[in-house]
Amino acid sequence: MAVCVAVIAKENYPLYIRSVPTENELKFHYMVHTSLDVVDEKISAMGKALVDQRELYLGLLYPTEDYKVYGYVTNSKVKFVMVVDSSNTALRDNEIRSMFRKLHNSYTDVMCNPFYNPGDRIQSRAFDSMVTSMMIQEPRFQ
Amino acid sequence: MEAAAGAGCGSGPPLLLSEGEQQCYSELFARCTGAASGGPGSGPPEAARAAPGAATAAAGPVADLFRASQLPSETLHQITELCGAKRIGYFGPTQFYIALKLIAAAQSGLPVRIESIKCELPLPRFMMSKTDSDIRFGNSAELHGTKAPIPYLLSEKNTFKRMDDEDKQQETQSPTMSPLASPPSSPPHYQRVPLSHGYSKLRSSTEQMHPAPYEARQSLVQPEGPSSGNQGPKPPRHQASLIRSFSVEREPQDNSNYPDEPWRITEEQREYYVNQFRSLQPDPSSFISGSVAKNFFTKSKLSIPELSYIWELSDADCDGALTLPEFCAAFHLIVARKNGYPLPEGLPPTLQPEYLQAAFPKPKRECALFDSYSESMPANQQPHDLNRMEKLSIKDGADFPVSTQDLTGDDKQALKSTMDEAVPKDTSEDPATPKDSNSLKARPRSRSYSSTSIEEAMKKGEDPPTPPPRPQKTHSRASSLDLNKVFQPSVPATKSGLLPPPPALPPRPCPSQSEQASEAELHPQLNRAPSQAAESSPTKKDTPYSQPPSKPIRRKLRPENQATENQEPSTTVGGSVSVATIKPHSTVQKQSSKQKKAIQTAIRKNKEANAVLARLNSELQQQLKEVHQERIALENQLEQLRPVTVL
Repeated sequence: MAVCVAVIAKENYPLYIRSVPTENELKFHYMVHTSLDVVDEKISAMGKALVDQRELYLGLLYPTEDYKVYGYVTNSKVKFVMVVDSSNTALRDNEIRSMFRKLHNSYTDVMCNPFYNPGDRIQSRAFDSMVTSMMIQEPRFQ
Repeated sequence: MEAAAGAGCGSGPPLLLSEGEQQCYSELFARCTGAASGGPGSGPPEAARAAPGAATAAAGPVADLFRASQLPSETLHQITELCGAKRIGYFGPTQFYIALKLIAAAQSGLPVRIESIKCELPLPRFMMSKTDSDIRFGNSAELHGTKAPIPYLLSEKNTFKRMDDEDKQQETQSPTMSPLASPPSSPPHYQRVPLSHGYSKLRSSTEQMHPAPYEARQSLVQPEGPSSGNQGPKPPRHQASLIRSFSVEREPQDNSNYPDEPWRITEEQREYYVNQFRSLQPDPSSFISGSVAKNFFTKSKLSIPELSYIWELSDADCDGALTLPEFCAAFHLIVARKNGYPLPEGLPPTLQPEYLQAAFPKPKRECALFDSYSESMPANQQPHDLNRMEKLSIKDGADFPVSTQDLTGDDKQALKSTMDEAVPKDTSEDPATPKDSNSLKARPRSRSYSSTSIEEAMKKGEDPPTPPPRPQKTHSRASSLDLNKVFQPSVPATKSGLLPPPPALPPRPCPSQSEQASEAELHPQLNRAPSQAAESSPTKKDTPYSQPPSKPIRRKLRPENQATENQEPSTTVGGSVSVATIKPHSTVQKQSSKQKKAIQTAIRKNKEANAVLARLNSELQQQLKEVHQERIALENQLEQLRPVTVL
């Protein structure tokens, strides 16, 4: 259902970014990048209170005419950003939440691997397969 | 070439090689030498021909090549003997060519004799594989290619075994053909080349035997047959070689017939993995932490992404720690990867933790059961594999999810289910195991499951033991006397410091009693003194040691005097009192005697104390003298050492 999924490290560089293969993947990368500002804004707004009280799921970061961008932050300031197609109206908020939860779980599994150094790009096949399952299958009408 | 061949052959007949043969042989020879030196495949034939005399073919590739000819090993030995390599100890070009010729002869059905090579022979056929695809020989061209990905993978494990068998045989019989059991430090790529020779040869050999390539799996049964007989002597050898080093050139062998062969763990492998696990973590039911495992697996020199992937596959519960079955799976995958198997996409069913726990008994404290089981296993494995697979698959379904804590119970059940059909002798051990496993169950459970148990133990060991209790402060030299007690201004001040504080004062003798006492003064006094001393702390008056005897007496006298004084005015009442006084009289007497006794003991003790103190005094005086002397000596030394400032 997602068009693009990205995992951003605390220092705001991408650990993992994958889009549905289209001709214009750069657009998605750019959207993710700009969404980081919004994420930071949301974090800092809530950050006055204790970190524990901050909810991990950030919700809709910003909508564009074609896409909507959702965000999620972990307690270690690792951000998950998901771009979904606006035309996909059937997608409910709790579905997005569940997708983020799955992402978070897979991410922790990746972290549990002792051969993974935090800060490396995520090359886990399990993670890939999980993301694939979440990604929209773009129908090719050609 | 021929002349040289003839000369080198010694007594052998001159070798006549046709043009095609020459080319073929020289290529082969170049390959063998090229492979030996680690070069990629063969050098150009021209170069080989240019320097045939200088090169010698290494035994390894030559051995593989000969084996690829699919001649029985006796024939090969005969050939090596005939061609003179045995005599000389290496394969020179002439020997090599003769050998090839003999191979061709043998393949054509001619007896292996020198005479055979005189006639015109076809080229010897060697089954090569796609890895050697750059050079194709004889008829082998058609045997490649399409076959393979599936049978290649599946038969690889087998090829190991086959090749290993032959290696072993070769090894025992021909020292010149140094086999792959050469020291584990041999460079991996060198290993790989003959290994790949081996793979391909066997694969293609099996394919040759069974034309339908996809029946290659079943065809592996036949090669299994003869080789399974070798299982017995192999395991100990394997184990020794495996345990010798981490490197896995000696590939442990499978003897199962199933498609998951590369991923099936054999007994020896299992034991080896368990030993390695124990070396990292003494408790087999506990975990190995991620960092410990990482260090260990990094030694295998696989790349980090691969290790990461292997971890991902094997750590089924993704907890960052490896239990024993997970560890075995990971180890097995590493072993497989090191031997060239590509890693699977998913964890094979035979490496699943549940399967591993169920299929193999967990190593218990006493491995007796395990040993007996493993003995029975190889003997019965083949026919029973099918049954066991079915049973275990059912078991897996039933036991899923199996927690690590239920391991021993499931193992027992799995054992029972397999043993019912398997060797009956093992069932006798089953009654033993419930008791053992029950007792053992308690033990592993009570043990902590954290993998930091090692660190904790280490920490505890590192805490310094509490120091022995300090010796009490005593005078170092005069240890015979406890001066603390002596100098304490305390309770027993009475007689000496040696007595415990005496009990409370007896009531003062009443005047009536003392009146009687005055009559028999001396004796009762003496009697009473000790008793008084024993009883009381009459005390403060007795402190001066110099006059102990007199004091009690004096004190006694006083009350007596007082008593007498008291009594005088009361003599008038005497008559009436006389009766009353008779009884106290005796008690008064007793009391005075007690007092005397008390006094006497006090005297004695004071004397003792005196003596002790005197002794102490003399000792201290001596010490003082010695110290004085030392001081004088030191001062003299100082004087001597001081720089002379005489002007």
